[in-house]
Amino acid sequence: MPLITMAQALNAALRDALEEDDSVVVFGEDVGTLGGVFRITDGLAEAFGADRCFDTPLAESGIIGFAVGMAMGGFRPVVEMQFDAFAYPAFEQVVSHVAKLRNRTRGVLPVPMVIRVPYAGGIGGVEHHCDSSEAYYAHTPGLKVVTPASVTDAYGLLREAIDDPDPVVFLEPKRLYFSRAEAELGRGAKIGQARVLRSGTDVTLVAFGPSVEPARQAAAAAADEGREVELIDLRSIVPFDDETVTASVRKTGRCVVVQEAPGFAGVAAEIAARVQERCFHHLAAPVLRVCGYDIPYPAPKLERWYLPTCDRILDAVDRLQWDDRPDTRWAVGA
Amino acid sequence: MTVVESADASLYRKFLPADTAVQFLDPAGRPVASSARYARPRSRRLVEMYRRMFLGRRFDDQAAALTKQGRLAVYPSSRGQEACQIAAAMCLRAQDWLFPTYRDSMALAARGIDPVEILGMLAGEWHCCFDSARHRTAPQCTPLATQLLHAAGLAHALARRATGAVVLALCGDGATSEGDFHEALNFAAVFRAPVIFLVQNNGFAISVPLDRQTAAPSLAHKGVGYGIGSEQVDGNDPVAMLAVLDAAREYVLAGNGPVIVEAHTYRMSGHTNADDPRRYRSDGEVTEWLGRDPIRRLEIFLRAEGLVDDAYAAGLSAEAEELATTIRAGMNRDRPVEVDDLFRYVYAEPTTQLREQLKQAHAELTAELDEDPGCP
Repeated sequence: MPLITMAQALNAALRDALEEDDSVVVFGEDVGTLGGVFRITDGLAEAFGADRCFDTPLAESGIIGFAVGMAMGGFRPVVEMQFDAFAYPAFEQVVSHVAKLRNRTRGVLPVPMVIRVPYAGGIGGVEHHCDSSEAYYAHTPGLKVVTPASVTDAYGLLREAIDDPDPVVFLEPKRLYFSRAEAELGRGAKIGQARVLRSGTDVTLVAFGPSVEPARQAAAAAADEGREVELIDLRSIVPFDDETVTASVRKTGRCVVVQEAPGFAGVAAEIAARVQERCFHHLAAPVLRVCGYDIPYPAPKLERWYLPTCDRILDAVDRLQWDDRPDTRWAVGA
Repeated sequence: MTVVESADASLYRKFLPADTAVQFLDPAGRPVASSARYARPRSRRLVEMYRRMFLGRRFDDQAAALTKQGRLAVYPSSRGQEACQIAAAMCLRAQDWLFPTYRDSMALAARGIDPVEILGMLAGEWHCCFDSARHRTAPQCTPLATQLLHAAGLAHALARRATGAVVLALCGDGATSEGDFHEALNFAAVFRAPVIFLVQNNGFAISVPLDRQTAAPSLAHKGVGYGIGSEQVDGNDPVAMLAVLDAAREYVLAGNGPVIVEAHTYRMSGHTNADDPRRYRSDGEVTEWLGRDPIRRLEIFLRAEGLVDDAYAAGLSAEAEELATTIRAGMNRDRPVEVDDLFRYVYAEPTTQLREQLKQAHAELTAELDEDPGCP
């Protein structure tokens, strides 16, 4: 099998979608001649022409609003927001129009499109380049929110996203762009379906995007200590795969959710709430979260203390009341 | 400071609007020495324009009355802006698209959309009650200027597919301060999209006057910064409005890129029925604009030309009353809404979570038969 990077897998997905469907158009800032600042659109303008893959003025709201109009006109836009925090100028277009047009028009004017957003940290990026912005989108009904954690899923999920009848925010973990894997690219991943990466009986670890790798390390380390961890890669934040997560936690009785974004009001909080609503009588310990702190994303030299690491995840697993003693961290007066 | 000479220093001039607004009729309905740049629309079109303006005002009055009766939650009237509203609809062909704001109900009616379907939104039945795709008319947009980008994108799509269709997008003077206004003009210009941006400058963004929106010589002047054609029109002159928009459609269709048209007009009513315009403008100003009424202006002209007479006017009045009766009957009839609709149009297929929530909503509604007496 060929050794390829996630960036190459995403490029292949765009290439194959452009090849198969004439209505697919790729546009954004620097995606044409340059091939994108991360080279995800490398060679597409050359291969498919400036009508199919093109640069736009540097204005994110403009890019998304223009995509809305093109979708109304029968095109299938796949647009790139250059970085997570640079997508914020487009927030109104995303929330008020992309997400709502199907609803506003009772289904007659849906605007299926894919909004690709390189996101999250761990790359020593300067400020405004490392936000985990998934919660903003996940909180907005009408959007689907997807994030791959592997080379294979990057290809499969992006193809699914482009074919999807609903708008999809496709979050690409920057840290994984140049991760390599031996992979045969194909359609397999489905939006709305989580994947159990490792089976276990003692505790369920739920992770997505950039947090899957540290969770995988933690699962391996826990196994060395005799704890069998079941690791779930969500792949799709919206729609959320309640079934897979619930079945796992009912089996293991313990759950830790990992995310890189600040914890307060984040996706992990929603998952923890859902798990306790649905699995309360199966739980042997409170559902814990390992998240970024509730602070603006830190400067590069400090980010190692901010990110959820294997160590922090293992600490959380250790606190799951294995000896039936309550977690003293939250005790009154502690 | 060095002045850099452009290769073609006069290039920008072709995008500059004329110093004065295009006018065919003076406020008293008398023809003025008209601009040779525009052809006067044919007489039959002008009579039709008069008819639709007259019906438009009756529609507007009826909607305002329905608001007072509690049938509509709110109504943003465009009384006084009939020339802009009707010309915007009349310059378009069936294959073209219209992007209206919340104030442009009259334009929708003139486009042939059922008035009851237009007012359904303000009656609270749904966010848009007409078939947007069938009428090629976007839902009325409330977030200012955001629809202008959709218009630019759709115009680009239509041009790419060589459909021979154009797009007209409406906005007001306040919207020209929003970022999306500028991004839309810029995108449309860069992609040479066949879109007409019609700015109805009615003097106020709710209460804030134009001098708080811009220091530019006119709103039309904003076009030159983006390299797009621009024009100012007397927005209360129906002949000028139709002449300029007819020409604008030809201009954008020919591949010249977009165009911005600023119509100088006036909102005779408040922002909505909930507004009190006396807090920010004088009665004298309103009276002054009454003298520039677009419907009377065209009627005087058409009568002088022998195109409209008492019999026509009487027939039109009767048609307008019939329209009002139809609207009243339609709006006074309660159309049932159902709880399933809450979940029906969020995604192409409801998610597992939405199916669960629908089930829960049904269960709660059934339980309502046995309501807790403690709840209000």
